[in-house]
Amino acid sequence: MKRYLIPLLVFLVLLGFLGAGLKLNPREVPSPLINKPVPAFALPALDQPDRQVSARDFQGKVWILNVWASWCVACRAEHPVLMDYAKSARVPLLGLNYKDKRTDAMAWLQKFGNPYQLSLSDTDGLTGIDLGVYGVPETFVIDREGVIRLKHIGPVTEEVLKDTILPLLGKLGA
Amino acid sequence: MHKLLALWCLLCFLLAPPLGAREAPPTAQDPVLEARVMAIAEELRCLVCQNETIAASHADLAVDLRKQIRSQLVQGRSTEQILDFMVQRYGDFVLYRPPVKASTLLLWGGPFLLLVIASAGLVLQIRRRRRLPADASISEEDRARARKILADEAENS
Repeated sequence: MKRYLIPLLVFLVLLGFLGAGLKLNPREVPSPLINKPVPAFALPALDQPDRQVSARDFQGKVWILNVWASWCVACRAEHPVLMDYAKSARVPLLGLNYKDKRTDAMAWLQKFGNPYQLSLSDTDGLTGIDLGVYGVPETFVIDREGVIRLKHIGPVTEEVLKDTILPLLGKLGA
Repeated sequence: MHKLLALWCLLCFLLAPPLGAREAPPTAQDPVLEARVMAIAEELRCLVCQNETIAASHADLAVDLRKQIRSQLVQGRSTEQILDFMVQRYGDFVLYRPPVKASTLLLWGGPFLLLVIASAGLVLQIRRRRRLPADASISEEDRARARKILADEAENS
């Protein structure tokens, strides 16, 4: 009996590790930007290319930054959730139009609806690199001090909005 | 018909512009710089296709990051500064050779730990074997005794 005990224990430990591994999402890389100030940027507004918008314009406000693109398939999936959020919009929802053509982006918003208070054009993707963007869509929650409090990778689902983002907004006093 | 089709395919193949032609100019301009860009890109993981380096990946982000490395090298930044730039944005996960620190101790030490455990098991096993008598054969004297005991038992029952 005893000779089976050790292999059995090893097997159980292995099973534990593999089981935990099944639940992990390898695409979700913890961002080093959490609890760091949002990187400074100055980008043209999507609908008014002459207007420059910078991160400092939002100092003192809690806001959400959603990275999207017209070529991004998963952005279509989260779009209805964002539209739903926009109805009440507890805090401003900003779009970062990532590596997109202005005309394509405008047409996309026209066709499906615009949940954003404002979208910024990051045509060359440099602000995206500063934000550590690697899988559009990505969503950031930024607090009053301009510190990134949440980075969500992939589409925002109703569950993510209800269970993660909205409670965080409450905690940040918005 | 088939021959015509094959000819058509061959023609398409020959006339098609080589893939990645858009990225080619910098290589031609400065092969030394490009070699440095690639050496750094080899150290970095592409987060879009996680098992590829930024040097090998064709993902859009990898192209952008190679461009970023190139422009930072031109600005005179060192390899360490560029790797730091990437880590600040994407975390230690971008490095194919993660640094040794508290959170990566198990990653670096794990294989050695397993080696120690396995060697200890091996040593214990060998010692236990040694303690067993080396020669398990019985002498003729003992054999006779055993035979006698068995015979007695058979008689008693």
